[in-house]
Amino acid sequence: MAETVEVTVQRYNPETDSAPRLQTYEVPYKDDWVVLDAILYIKDHLDATLSYRWSCRMGICGSCGMNVDGHPKLTCSAHLREYRRGFTVEPLSNFPVIRDLVVDIDDFMAKLKSVKPWIVRELEQPLGDGEYLQSNNQIDHYRQFSQCINCMLCYAACPVYGMEPEFLGPAAIALARRYNLDSRDEGTVERVNVLAASEGIWECSCIGECSVACPKGVDPAKAIQQTKFDTVNGAIMSTMLMPFGNRR
Amino acid sequence: MEFPLYDVLIVGGGGAGLRAAIAAAETDPGLKILIVSKVYPMRSHTVSAEGGAAAALRPEDSWENHAFDTVKGSDYISDQFVVETFVREAPVELIQLEHWGCPWSRDPDGKISARPFGGMTTWRTCFAADKTGFHMLHTLFQTSLKYDRIERLDETFVTSLLVEDGRCVGIAALNQRSGVMSAVRAKTVILTTGGNGRIYAFSTNGNICTGDGMALAYRAGVPLKDMEMVQFHPTGLPSTGILITEAVRGEGGYLTNNKGERFLKDYVPSKMELGPRDIISRAMVTEFEAGRGFAGPYGNYMHLDVRHLFMRELGLDYVGIDIVHDPIPVRPVEHYMMGGIDCDITGATSLPGLFTAGECANVGLNGANRLGSNSLSECLVFGAAAGRAAAHQAQEAKAPTSNPVDALLKDETRRVEKKYLESRQGTEKLAEIRVEMQRSMDEHVGVFRTAEGLKEEEKLIAGFRQRFARLKIEDRSHVFNTELTAALELDYMLELAEVMTASAINRKESRGAHARRDFPKRNDEHYLANQIATHVPGGKPKLEFRPVRITHWQPQARTY
Ligand SMILES: Cc1cc2nc3c(=O)[nH]c(=O)nc-3n(C[C@H](O)[C@H](O)[C@H](O)COP(=O)(O)OP(=O)(O)OC[C@H]3O[C@@H](n4cnc5c(N)ncnc54)[C@H](O)[C@@H]3O)c2cc1C
Ligand code: FES
Repeated sequence: MAETVEVTVQRYNPETDSAPRLQTYEVPYKDDWVVLDAILYIKDHLDATLSYRWSCRMGICGSCGMNVDGHPKLTCSAHLREYRRGFTVEPLSNFPVIRDLVVDIDDFMAKLKSVKPWIVRELEQPLGDGEYLQSNNQIDHYRQFSQCINCMLCYAACPVYGMEPEFLGPAAIALARRYNLDSRDEGTVERVNVLAASEGIWECSCIGECSVACPKGVDPAKAIQQTKFDTVNGAIMSTMLMPFGNRR
Repeated sequence: MEFPLYDVLIVGGGGAGLRAAIAAAETDPGLKILIVSKVYPMRSHTVSAEGGAAAALRPEDSWENHAFDTVKGSDYISDQFVVETFVREAPVELIQLEHWGCPWSRDPDGKISARPFGGMTTWRTCFAADKTGFHMLHTLFQTSLKYDRIERLDETFVTSLLVEDGRCVGIAALNQRSGVMSAVRAKTVILTTGGNGRIYAFSTNGNICTGDGMALAYRAGVPLKDMEMVQFHPTGLPSTGILITEAVRGEGGYLTNNKGERFLKDYVPSKMELGPRDIISRAMVTEFEAGRGFAGPYGNYMHLDVRHLFMRELGLDYVGIDIVHDPIPVRPVEHYMMGGIDCDITGATSLPGLFTAGECANVGLNGANRLGSNSLSECLVFGAAAGRAAAHQAQEAKAPTSNPVDALLKDETRRVEKKYLESRQGTEKLAEIRVEMQRSMDEHVGVFRTAEGLKEEEKLIAGFRQRFARLKIEDRSHVFNTELTAALELDYMLELAEVMTASAINRKESRGAHARRDFPKRNDEHYLANQIATHVPGGKPKLEFRPVRITHWQPQARTY
């Protein structure tokens, strides 16, 4: 008998279930498989009704985040060999569940937009004049914050977001920071208001659950800390720079 | 019932779709624009591109050189006018992306840097560290949020194009969250649905790359072009098909056989590891057949050796490969679809109101073999062109009325519900048909092809389609029913597999990625042409050849 592993999956279909339930499947064990492979096996061979998101299988599209044994993981990058004795897969915490392992991330999508994650400039250089010069050193200032794949693991790990859904949250703040630190951007003052208005930011104790959960080496906790500092300074700055500081 | 109306409706939120949306918004800020995508835009497969985007930006380069490399790479069936336009526009587009914040890697002088890439004669592949596609996609997506006139329907799956009086008037789509079918009216529609690599078992493409837009257009009567032209990348990881970026060879990685030889010396002596993908893939398979490959649980493989480069990071530690001490096992893997929806240089198709761009389109840039790093630039250049052209057309066009759309939507809803959600007769399993199709396509429509293999595949696909008609969908719920969307995708893939196989049978020569064992030579007398496939309801695809446009570069032997 080939080796197998027990996978317990949280199921929930709003059309037929009044509450989430657990279902266990027995899946072949393969040394070079990832958790996502086991879930794909269930879908193809055992239960075609299981719903989840995935696409790239290479840890970059950000679709396949789930809680594995209670920890938020990209399932395409989580090795089965680390879960040899069986494991439980649940939807990411802190999000409404749409069905089975699929969660609703609309809240993040709105928050992302609110921090203006694009280059803000007073004057655009014409394309004919070429690129804005930037050194690799200058890129290094914001590089890590630009690595966010929007996989939502940090929101699932964030104790503040769990209690205070208004909180902008780790990824949105890290991305705001990414633009603030970009030598081509002049939007810091505009972003300050959104960041300062975000209640939860002051509740974040910066214990860094988000940074631990991040599969891409982003350190949102650092972004939040830096933002708190800037927000205090920014409030002072924007009163000094009126009306420029008031620009929308 | 009144259906929402947009000026420009874009199906797809990848590199091409987002670029088109922004171009439309910048052409006329008064236009209403909608992006409909079956995944959130930042999940689109553009995200997975690592290597880079080509543009003749550096002073020692020229657009002529880039154009010649592209034409030669295409084995002379690209449209040379299209290529010229492309190479002139690509630098502008990369700079535009830089202005929008893309973190291009830089030279010491602060300008956008470039690296060598297969088939390019000079350093012209611009890159953003090892995540070019990721940074391009997120830059475009985040920039698109700036435009309030660009709205989105995320996780909405387009099931058909609505055509009324010979004009595309909108789309019918399934809202994946609610399971409700709805229609959207549009003055113009742009298809940017990406590639179809999932037709193969061993592919670098993500789960969403199922060729939907190609099938949608084809069924609406728009021809597909050069569907036999499928690119196999030489360096996929044997187990998963995950791509080892060509940049690794660009930076000096070696390919070696089981004799420890850099076998490419016998195939592309002047380029070695920097040779074009089709030639290297064939060289690998030829070596396997001569017994010079390594044998592994997933078939034969070669070594990609980077030990002498002192690279540390390739993101491979998670697959358990230590690139500092061991060579990387690789084998050819399905990677990119040169074929696609036939369109002109503005993306316009033969169906009025319908445009297309990106990997699902075939504007005539890639011919029989795409050069690596040309397609990200293609998404930008021709995505923008299609966005502008659609915007201009929308300014002039009349709004489609709701009445015919109502009837079209009713038909489409009935089709989907009846076929997939109501039928209880079926016995066939979706996953089984899909896997059999994928494996047989690997076997018969792969790196090398023969008449027998292709004919066999034709029969097999007919069988798969019969079985698909007896499909049993086990998931009958409306909310996020991924079995239903997978069935819709398989339906598209079977349609395209048929067209690809028929086109491969009909091109009786070897050119670019299309290598026929029974016709090993290029035949310019008959086939210096693009192959056009038209849908014949209930019948086999109608195939014909259309001569290519040659401006400057007469066909030569394609040797490297
Ligand atoms: C691993 C890998 C590496 C690559 N590396 C490079 C590289 O270094 N350089 C290079 O130039 N090229 C590279 N390529 C090729 C290049 O990435 C693609 O050709 C290009 O990104 C395709 O972009 P697109 O916008 O056409 O499609 P995609 O980015 O695939 O987007 C398709 C969009 O269409 C939507 N869609 C599809 N069907 C439907 C439907 N039925 N209803 C609604 N929406 C739908 C999807 O949701 C998605 O948003 C690589 C490809 C792969 C797979
Ligand atoms: S499937 Fe794309 S990140 Fe896991």
